[in-house]
Amino acid sequence: MNRLDQKIIDGARISRDEALTLAQSFDLHRLGFLANAVRQRLHPEPRVTYVIDRNINYTDICVSACKFCAFFKAPEDAAGSVLSFAELGQKIEETLALGGTQILLQGGLHPDKPLAFYEEMLAFIKGHGIHVHGFSPPEINHFAAISGLAVREVLIRLQRAGLDSIPGGGAEILCDRVRQEISPRKCGTDAWLAVMEEAHNLGMRTTATMMFGHVETLAERIEHLARIRDLQDRTGGFTAFIPWPFQPDNTALAHLAKTSAFTYLTMLAVSRIFLDNVDNIQASWVTQGPKIAQLSLFFGANDFGSTMIEENVVAAAGVHFRLSEEEIRHLVTEAGFTPCQRVMDYILVG
Amino acid sequence: MDDMIKRAGLGGILDKIKANERLTLDDGAALYRSNDILALGYLANLVRERKNGNNAYFIYNQHINYSNICTNLCKFCAFGKDASSPQAYEMTIDDIRQKVRERLDEPITEIHMVGGIHPDLPFSYYLEALAAIKEVRPEVHIQAFTCVEIAHLAGIAKLSVVEALKELMVAGLGSIPGGGAEVFSPRIRAKTCEKKLSGEGWIEVAKTAHRLGLQSNATMLYGHIETIEERLEHLDMLRRAQDETGGFMTFIPLAFHPKNTELADVAKSSGIEDLRNIAVARCFLDNFPHIKAYWVMIGIKLAQVALSFGADDIDGTVKEEIITRMAGGESEQSQARQQLVRLIREAGRVPVERDTLFNVIKTY
Repeated sequence: MNRLDQKIIDGARISRDEALTLAQSFDLHRLGFLANAVRQRLHPEPRVTYVIDRNINYTDICVSACKFCAFFKAPEDAAGSVLSFAELGQKIEETLALGGTQILLQGGLHPDKPLAFYEEMLAFIKGHGIHVHGFSPPEINHFAAISGLAVREVLIRLQRAGLDSIPGGGAEILCDRVRQEISPRKCGTDAWLAVMEEAHNLGMRTTATMMFGHVETLAERIEHLARIRDLQDRTGGFTAFIPWPFQPDNTALAHLAKTSAFTYLTMLAVSRIFLDNVDNIQASWVTQGPKIAQLSLFFGANDFGSTMIEENVVAAAGVHFRLSEEEIRHLVTEAGFTPCQRVMDYILVG
Repeated sequence: MDDMIKRAGLGGILDKIKANERLTLDDGAALYRSNDILALGYLANLVRERKNGNNAYFIYNQHINYSNICTNLCKFCAFGKDASSPQAYEMTIDDIRQKVRERLDEPITEIHMVGGIHPDLPFSYYLEALAAIKEVRPEVHIQAFTCVEIAHLAGIAKLSVVEALKELMVAGLGSIPGGGAEVFSPRIRAKTCEKKLSGEGWIEVAKTAHRLGLQSNATMLYGHIETIEERLEHLDMLRRAQDETGGFMTFIPLAFHPKNTELADVAKSSGIEDLRNIAVARCFLDNFPHIKAYWVMIGIKLAQVALSFGADDIDGTVKEEIITRMAGGESEQSQARQQLVRLIREAGRVPVERDTLFNVIKTY
């Protein structure tokens, strides 16, 4: 066994250069073997978790106009809408009826809604007694700009209103060269990380994502992983990392080729190996479909993500995989693991 | 990596594969029962790279399904229809000619033509169909009529299989596809396709074709009610036939698609199961040159990954294949050549466009 492989098996931390070497190796068995070894060290029980939740997008109106997004409507577009509390309430009740434990609440960067609007929304949702995993860092930053408050103040107010945890969306690639090119109006790398650091310091857990396969280089993907790992060393607040490939259809970047399954599994494995301080890695069945998602359990993923009772953003990019809880449990069982329902912070249900 | 194989309990098989020794039925069962898909992939990849290096093959082909009228009506099939069904169709010779003509501007090297077991079409129809294709596209290779159809054609022509094949060859038949094999076990055939040619009959037609110089492929339809032992019996029959004739080019494991069939309550095969069947076949069928990951059946994403789990071929640019689509296959219906080349490269392999008989047309 070569030195790098031995180092990984022994549980030592790998460098950015070593991650780059792995990402360029084209050796899928080796990557799977190494990622699986890391996964087994962190999760010795043969268990795969999932959460029952619903992605509720409170609005599709957005001032950001990111090139990779097929979901948003510009503020001047009459087709854009904001969900009423009545609609919100109905969606929550349906989620609870299906055994759901949380709402993933995200939306566009609406030009005029005041912070109080979001506080009321949180209070309304909490009235139904469900965990709110909501508002990615670009939204929090936007609320700060609209309200004139500091990010920390915004987070404190949202937390008081009922926000439980923060989803890792809007990270895309944490490298300002890339962000300038694909999402110039969205918060930069430091601002994204600063929101997460403040949230962790306030006791909120968060996830982190990476959307790759557009205009970034391989080195920039590794830089993204390094920024996450550095912050995690300071706070330990990330529960999970979720890498997923950009879905180009219906976006301003539709001319780009879709990332292949081979590249997805490679990045998943490299993420598992590099992020030695993040407990959980999620498979992305919503972009990869059931077959590759099942296979990802051997390439570092120990979590099947969410049942996504509702999902709008990836669907807008022309990708329509759907899986029921029963199908997820079947895929996990057939791969030789025990499926277990969990909540946001990975505590098992029941 | 060897340590990992040993820990998976497959050290003995690893040694055999490294020494190029034949695997036993027990070895095959151990592979099928292993939950370690990475270990299976690694083992299969050793065989795959020994036989085919870093090449990943594809073909530019056209599918024609001349009729879905079928007297067999196998339970796993959503394509075959009774002649009285409103969905039944049959193409005239002119329809077939037209299909070929429609795509004359494309660099198609193979026409792949199969259909149902039609009760009334005369033997002359099949000869004319082949001749019509050749008339419109003289250079094209025709891979047509599964062993099941060949046996049926010989029956209606009141000819021996040898005589029937000879006439078909004169009319333009170039090779035989691998369909209709399903699972050879009499138990499975009695339960799922009792009217179909037996497993032994299928093997006999294939061997007869090989002796006449016609090469062929072989398939196995997995993921319905068959046991691991029945899969291995199937693979073993193929391996023994291949020892005798050497006429098989490619083995193609086919994932059963339950939707719209009489077995719709069976769960659709998972990605791990698809890769396992490819990997075990690659390890066990040591005398088959090629293993195909048929992307129309398992999806293009998994087919790409399968290039690291034993497969060296991903079929082709397929358009208008309707047998899988009728059973709820969700793969896109065609892949542009450029797309296949990109996917193969992204998987770290060398894209090689081939003709039916694996002559290299272009290495990309």
